[in-house]
Amino acid sequence: MKILVCISHVPDTTSRINFTEGNSKFDANGVQFVINPNDEFGLTRAMWFKEKQGATVHVINVGGPETEPTLRKALAIGADEAIRVNTPATDGFYVAKQLANVAKEGGYDLVIGGRESIDYNGGMVPGMIAKLTGANFVNMCVNIEVEGTNVTAAREIDGGNEIINTSLPLVVAGQKGIVEESDLRIPNMRGIMQARSKPLTVKEPIDTNIETKITGFSKPDSKGAVKLVDNIDELINLLHNEAKVI
Amino acid sequence: MSVLVYTESEEGTFKKIAFEAVSYAKGIADMLGTSVTAISINGNNTDQLGKYGASKVLQVSNDQLQSFNASAYADTIAQAAKSEASPVVIISSSANSKYLAPLLAVNMEAGFVPNVTELPTSTSPFKISSTVFSNKAFATTEITTETKLIGLAKNAFGVLENETSIAIEDFAPSLSESDFNTKVSSVEKANDKVTIADADIVVSAGRGLKGPENWGMIEELAEILGAATACSKPVSDLGWRPHGEHVGQTGKPVSSNLYIAIGISGAIQHLAGVNSSKVKVVINNDPEAPFFKAADYGIVGDAFEFVPQLIEKLKEFKSNNA
Ligand SMILES: Cc1cc2nc3c(=O)[nH]c(=O)nc-3n(C[C@H](O)[C@H](O)[C@H](O)COP(=O)(O)OP(=O)(O)OC[C@H]3O[C@@H](n4cnc5c(N)ncnc54)[C@H](O)[C@@H]3O)c2cc1C
Ligand SMILES: Nc1ncnc2c1ncn2[C@@H]1O[C@H](COP(=O)(O)O)[C@@H](O)[C@H]1O
Repeated sequence: MKILVCISHVPDTTSRINFTEGNSKFDANGVQFVINPNDEFGLTRAMWFKEKQGATVHVINVGGPETEPTLRKALAIGADEAIRVNTPATDGFYVAKQLANVAKEGGYDLVIGGRESIDYNGGMVPGMIAKLTGANFVNMCVNIEVEGTNVTAAREIDGGNEIINTSLPLVVAGQKGIVEESDLRIPNMRGIMQARSKPLTVKEPIDTNIETKITGFSKPDSKGAVKLVDNIDELINLLHNEAKVI
Repeated sequence: MSVLVYTESEEGTFKKIAFEAVSYAKGIADMLGTSVTAISINGNNTDQLGKYGASKVLQVSNDQLQSFNASAYADTIAQAAKSEASPVVIISSSANSKYLAPLLAVNMEAGFVPNVTELPTSTSPFKISSTVFSNKAFATTEITTETKLIGLAKNAFGVLENETSIAIEDFAPSLSESDFNTKVSSVEKANDKVTIADADIVVSAGRGLKGPENWGMIEELAEILGAATACSKPVSDLGWRPHGEHVGQTGKPVSSNLYIAIGISGAIQHLAGVNSSKVKVVINNDPEAPFFKAADYGIVGDAFEFVPQLIEKLKEFKSNNA
């Protein structure tokens, strides 16, 4: 089984979000970048496929050279090869077309992405790859087992889970549950050393339309101060008469 | 030509988000000088969509679509959009809509902007604002494709009445076998509980509650309010509460009208997932807890003292306002 894991390179969850160049660009100054948390769950699941079922695991990112340390980290965790499509990741649809192209050319059986990236929160890239390559798709995937080409997966739904039967080729968008937090791996020294000599291929993007373009950013207005109350009657009164939520 | 809106139902009953989506579609249709067509898949009483501004319903009645199937539903909506020559298609942000959205976008070759909270700032060029960076910022996006797909965030626009006379037409999509390559074999669902996704009110508690044995009062409070229960990440990691209750940046998003946070410090990752809730109430015994900065109302005090009081007083309030 050939697996491609999509790795989004995102600001660490604690990052303060600021913009530069007239609020047109994310300000990466002083920001620590990490593997998107949802992708880290998927990468770990891919490692289990490698160890238990002999899968090959490639990781891929669409982005500039600045994302390579993130791909090296994925190699240090255990991926066999990395691919970077050399173009800024501005629009989800555009990114999906780049990823779909590599997925098709590489003949991957299983593509694993994340439920959403914590920067653009698009929740769109994996589903688009599926549709563009004609693969099946499971979103919000919290469990996956593959036997031959048969797949049993679980999807989180509002208030529970559903069990899905499908087959390869497949794209899943994973999240916590596909593995647990305690299963995540921190790269060790040996992994880091090996990662240095593993292949990281840079590919040029395919020429394609751009459907959407971010023209500017803004930050929410700063909130008014909290109203502190010291008794419950007053709280209920405010929620009923002022906020009108009960 | 009309703006198409997908109106979600469960077992035939429309969800509140369907009415919100129609209200929003009406806003866009007014900007474009056109009307709203709703597409309903196995929904009952479709004429009620007229109340929020739809002037036509494409009603799909199809046994194969009895349970949700992302691929088949996306094809159905795409075909409806084509027959209506819709410049804009609106969907909600439910788990099912998020599942079908990327398939639908590719199918229609539509630029897609999710997490939208407001009407477009302009329609030519088409520019629209949405939340990014887990509610820490907004982006304005220009969509350049002929067809545009918009995912409306929950509780951001509201349900607005706009009585319109409505025509109901049957619509029969043509589906292929490959639409059913993924099949749901079983569903595990906690019955009769309000889900975090559907709830107008969410009662959430954190590590300040000390242990799972203290959640009785949280459940009681939620029950009185008709609310869903939620928790912070460490609480589900410790196994005090089920994983499905974990909210925040790496858990479920919360976008309720009222979010009550009890014994939760308000870490940046927690706030990122709950910040889009309209009104936030915090009960925490540490006046320095960061959550107070993000809250609308707060009580600095011991949860074990104030929550039982809140339960008693709310019971009184509910019986007086029944
Ligand atoms: C990558 C990453 C992702 C994360 N994602 C999430 C996420 O999605 N969701 C999430 O919630 N967290 C997330 N976290 C964890 C987050 O950083 C915090 O650790 C967590 O939210 C804290 O949970 P808490 O508020 O329940 O506990 P604590 O921070 O321990 O806070 C407990 C609070 O209870 C108060 N308290 C104590 N006793 C009482 C009492 N008797 N009455 C009233 N108040 C009392 C205390 O004053 C304190 O403020 C993430 C962390 C990382 C690194
Ligand atoms: N630039 C990118 N490179 C590689 N994978 C990506 C990229 N952007 C998004 N993805 C994948 O798509 C998932 C969902 O991203 P998004 O649609 O942006 O929310 C992420 O979790 C990644 O797995």
